[in-house]
Amino acid sequence: MVKNRWAISFLLPALIFYVFVVIIPSLQGIRFAFTDWSGFTQGYNWAGLTQFRRVLEDEDTRGALSHTFIIAIGVTVFQNLVGLLLALGLFSKVKSRNLLRTLFFAPAVVAPVATAYLWQYMYAPNGPINGLLQILGLEGFIRDWLGDPSIVLNSIIVVIIWQFAGYSMVIYLAGLEGVPKELIEAAEIDGANYFRRFWFVVRPFLYPAITVTLMLSIIGGFKLFDQVFILTGGGPGVASQTISTLMYRNAFLFGEFAYSTALAVLLTVLVSVFSAIQYFLISKVDKT
Amino acid sequence: MNRYTWKTFSLEVILIAFATLFLFPVYILVNLAIRKTTNLDTVYTPTTQPTLQNFKDSWIDGGLFDAVINTTIVTVASVFFIVLFASFASYPLARITSRWSKSLFFFVIGGLLIPYQLALLPLYITFRDLSLLGTLPSLIIFYIGREMPIAVFLYTAFLRNIPKEYEEAAAIDGAGNVKTFTQVVLPLLRPVTGTVIILTGVFVYNDFFTPLLYLSGTGNQTTTVALAQFVQEYRSYWNLVFAGLIMASTPILIAFFVMQKNVIKGFGGGLKG
Repeated sequence: MVKNRWAISFLLPALIFYVFVVIIPSLQGIRFAFTDWSGFTQGYNWAGLTQFRRVLEDEDTRGALSHTFIIAIGVTVFQNLVGLLLALGLFSKVKSRNLLRTLFFAPAVVAPVATAYLWQYMYAPNGPINGLLQILGLEGFIRDWLGDPSIVLNSIIVVIIWQFAGYSMVIYLAGLEGVPKELIEAAEIDGANYFRRFWFVVRPFLYPAITVTLMLSIIGGFKLFDQVFILTGGGPGVASQTISTLMYRNAFLFGEFAYSTALAVLLTVLVSVFSAIQYFLISKVDKT
Repeated sequence: MNRYTWKTFSLEVILIAFATLFLFPVYILVNLAIRKTTNLDTVYTPTTQPTLQNFKDSWIDGGLFDAVINTTIVTVASVFFIVLFASFASYPLARITSRWSKSLFFFVIGGLLIPYQLALLPLYITFRDLSLLGTLPSLIIFYIGREMPIAVFLYTAFLRNIPKEYEEAAAIDGAGNVKTFTQVVLPLLRPVTGTVIILTGVFVYNDFFTPLLYLSGTGNQTTTVALAQFVQEYRSYWNLVFAGLIMASTPILIAFFVMQKNVIKGFGGGLKG
């Protein structure tokens, strides 16, 4: 211990900020979840599990939970599928591959707030998407994309995939770079077709990339706020409220600070459980 | 595999068709931003008399200029301290093999699992009590702490793969820990520093939730919040809004195109392992 005293000064600045910004407020948040604090008054009382009971009994919250799940799962599945297909397509001799890689990835560095506004216009009842469908003679597909409660979640999912499929693509491309060329060539000589080559030769090398992108998109899906807040504000009605938008609404519009922190605790548990399950599944698959 | 066959050609056609579809919203965005009035019947036809007036109006009247300056200050300051503190912290975490350093490493990267919403609300109260609410330092402090887990994780993982020999040679030459770190280790960390800068920089530049909470109701705005206010104000003037969106996204897109290779490497490879 004594011989490593130098380590303290190396670690201290990082730890101070981390503890001040993440650890202490998170513990406070957990504590507030067991009170009735509004956030703007001086005192508060202990309320035991009241907030958690309210969270589970509240219809809006149950709705928000299921919306959060649907979005997280939808985004995770399709963002990875599109990202993987793009990566496989662009990991070839295609002439435009460098240009297309740049193009597909570019939206990922732009603020989700900006892309959400663009799509809000695209989705408008008399906006470009419906207009295009009309021109193409596909009137039957015209919808009120953000105003119809039965499809609003899908519309939100599409925006997120549009923005971040390129992110998944880049991670998969990095994974594909790691596949030894000789192995693919050997399989080719042995007469294995493209799908067999992918499944038996390439796929095992992609597991690290799959772990990373799945993890990122699941966690991202659960924490989602910006796109929903801008695109629909949780509407129509409460049809697209997620845990994060509900937290914002309760804390800053309804003065329900304690309730909001209870939601945040719930979100933390969800993210941790899902990351753990996923990590476990992938590491199991990895070994077989 | 190595030749450009008809199969490759059809793949190319499919990919370009998909890219065209993918770019459709971007085409609409630019096409409307450069025209004077919106005519919804002709949003698809290229604008005949392009004008830059909307860009000028949104940049100056929309207050986007000040917001972009604020965001740049916050991003540069946050990233600078993240890189500085995380790289220093990673050195003992990667090199000392005792139990406490391993536990400490997990203590820090455990932060990756905590959604930032949980800490954001109580910290709001703390900042309010410290009279920091509404100031840029509140954001900078938040980002330094919030991004520490990912930065420490990346640095430590990278450093563990670098052989110790260089440092041992420096130690034999009588260099202290600080000197060894700054003169020997830090230069070796350059690739991962690029990754850390890119990942945290993009996150900080684009973040919306934190400034929405900590800066709302003040004159200090970051780009994302200013954009939201701008859209509220000019809701029906989509040409102006779109010019604003383009202006607000331009700095980060320029940075992306300039450092493209590093950005893609940073996003693609940095998180592996």
